[in-house]
Amino acid sequence: MTRTTEKPAAENAVTNEAVTNEAVKRPNRRTALKTLAATTALAAAASSMPLFGRYGQVQSSEPIKIGFQVHRTGIGAAYGRWYDRTTKAAVKKINDEGGINGRPVEIVAEDDGTDPKRGAEVVEKMATQHGCDIAFGTLFSHVVIGSAPRAGELKIPYFVVSEGHHVASGMLNRYTLQPGITDVKSQVQAMAPFVNSTLGKKVTMIYPDFAFGHDHRDYFSAAVAAQGGDVVAKIAIPPTETSFTKYFPKIPRNTDVIYHVMVGPAVLTFVKEMGEFFGNSRPEIFGFIDSLEAVDLASPGLEFLEGTYFWEGNPRYAQANQSDYDKAYRKAVGVDANGASVSDPKDVSTYAHMFGCWETLHIVKAGMEASGYAGAGDRAKLIEAVESMTSMPHSYAHPQGAKEFNGKTHQTFGHQYITKVENGRLVLAHTTSIEDTYYPDETDYTKQSF
Amino acid sequence: MSMFLGSNLRKSWTLHIGVIILLFALQFILPAYHHGNLARIMVLACYAMGYNILFGYTGLLSLGHALFFAAGMYGMSLTVQHLGWSAGPALLAGLAAGFAVALAIGLLALRTAGVAFMIVTLMFAQAGYLAALYFGEYTRGDEGFVIQQSFRQLAGVNLADPTNRYFAALALFAICVVVSLRVVQAGFGRVLVAIRENEERTRMLGYDIHRHKLAAVVLSGTMSAAAGAAYGLLFGYAGATFASVQYSIFPLLWVLLGGAGTILGPFVGTLFMFYLIDLSSELTTAYMLIAGFALVMLTLFAPQGLVGELRRRALRWLP
Repeated sequence: MTRTTEKPAAENAVTNEAVTNEAVKRPNRRTALKTLAATTALAAAASSMPLFGRYGQVQSSEPIKIGFQVHRTGIGAAYGRWYDRTTKAAVKKINDEGGINGRPVEIVAEDDGTDPKRGAEVVEKMATQHGCDIAFGTLFSHVVIGSAPRAGELKIPYFVVSEGHHVASGMLNRYTLQPGITDVKSQVQAMAPFVNSTLGKKVTMIYPDFAFGHDHRDYFSAAVAAQGGDVVAKIAIPPTETSFTKYFPKIPRNTDVIYHVMVGPAVLTFVKEMGEFFGNSRPEIFGFIDSLEAVDLASPGLEFLEGTYFWEGNPRYAQANQSDYDKAYRKAVGVDANGASVSDPKDVSTYAHMFGCWETLHIVKAGMEASGYAGAGDRAKLIEAVESMTSMPHSYAHPQGAKEFNGKTHQTFGHQYITKVENGRLVLAHTTSIEDTYYPDETDYTKQSF
Repeated sequence: MSMFLGSNLRKSWTLHIGVIILLFALQFILPAYHHGNLARIMVLACYAMGYNILFGYTGLLSLGHALFFAAGMYGMSLTVQHLGWSAGPALLAGLAAGFAVALAIGLLALRTAGVAFMIVTLMFAQAGYLAALYFGEYTRGDEGFVIQQSFRQLAGVNLADPTNRYFAALALFAICVVVSLRVVQAGFGRVLVAIRENEERTRMLGYDIHRHKLAAVVLSGTMSAAAGAAYGLLFGYAGATFASVQYSIFPLLWVLLGGAGTILGPFVGTLFMFYLIDLSSELTTAYMLIAGFALVMLTLFAPQGLVGELRRRALRWLP
């Protein structure tokens, strides 16, 4: 039994009353007015109640409500701030261009505190209280994994922007999709050819000793081995560590490349201490920008990163070959050529990830228009429409680059960027092909029933 | 005198059974959102009730109860995930894990008292949290994992269904209320209160303090573990966040707000805090500030919590 089954009762009540009045009494102006008043009162009462009548009006100019699960507080707050700005900009663009199916889009934002328990509650609130059409926008993997089961049970499409491998791994459900950002598995394995051919064959990995770090360890080791390279050491750093000096002597002397993915506030100490350890003679260094998203590269202590390489989902600094799409997208979100807010150059964006919100909302629009989405009853049709998508060309709707969406695994694949720190700026050094990011399907969500 | 006691006993049972009946009735009238919330709150209230046995009745302040909640959650979810156990045995595994962890922690931590007890429990819980991260191969660490719907069936009942979930939460809640009431009314519970009020005097009266405290830790830990196991099973997720320090602080806050050393206080506190955060987070990102302010106000004007204050002012017979 689902609780939404009570909804039609309210509608029936309205119609029944009208029918009874019509049938029993001969219609005259007074009874007609009475009926009208009663019906209006009932309808008003119904629509003001949280459960009844929420979905009563579907085919109309009512806004399409998109529940935005945003990390306003907690560890994801810096990301959340920029996901918020990107989302607002995308919604403004979509509304300026006539909305979705002629209806305006309304964002209903709820803070999840970057917490999986609160995340699940927020998704419930969007589905049952706010009457949102879809839920969208979650970044941190534990919040996605904590919320997705509830989204599946409530049968509300849940479009995440997380880059976790959780969607494509088959752990989640048919209602959860990640069409606007690539996942960590494809990102990491696409780095191996460049790292091995350009930087060196012998790699030492330094990563935090929890799931995010373990993903990097496992996917990158496998990809390096496939390239004929060798991971000579895997140095896991406990999450409570604040000083790293004791770990650097563990780096083997024959290391060509250090691969680092430290996250959190300790990253500044990490880089500074690595600089002190190596001095002028360092191996090549490659890292994931995740550690330095929303961090100014000019921060004291980061000088040591000069000449090192980073994975970026989308290059923070406007590049020499910047597309018109990136130019327009940057302008719409309010980001300058250095990847910072146009109103505050110290407010650095999370440029490598936040495009995912922009692109996901455009995919939602395309999916709703393709399926003729009119209301909550068409949610399955919306998911089928998105599942049937394949190529998404580089465009204003996809400013990060072209994508290939896999409807079976609900995961998108796209180009990855490798940039080099030159004079304190990240300069594009390599762009991977989409093919570099492919791996065999691990699930087929289309086989699950709605 | 005995008639007086008997009438209090009757009143207390009537009240608590009345609350359970009320919660049963609410299932049929609550709108979907609040219906879901209440199911969650009842499970979390069981966690708070477990905490209350140790803190409210025995006077031992633990800062590491997330360890027990997580022991139940992982005891249940890991056996489902890796051994393919069904929900029933997995729930029992969660309870057993909570029982074992509580017994071990009790034996070690009860060698200390006061502030040292707080710190030792905090450290053990932190060690548990880090262990959940360290064994990421099995637990998926901070990311956690989904307990698939196909496993969330108890005796043929689908726990992912909102109505079933609500009744399952209510059943657990009712069991915890009844167990708490029985404990408090029994001699054992009276000794716990005596330990809270004056440990030395209780010892002088010939009671074995250590054994009573240990039993309180084990009961409290097992009840918290039951809540953890049920939470994972009903909401389909297990992750290390639930073992983190903030989940050790939550039951303390809920119990303080609702009333330490009262049976219904933990439920009232959990309910109050849930809606306080739910409503205030719509207004501001500084919602924890509002929660903190509410806590300060309550400490100033109702230091015994909501239900504790009710007992002080009106219903002196409240257990």
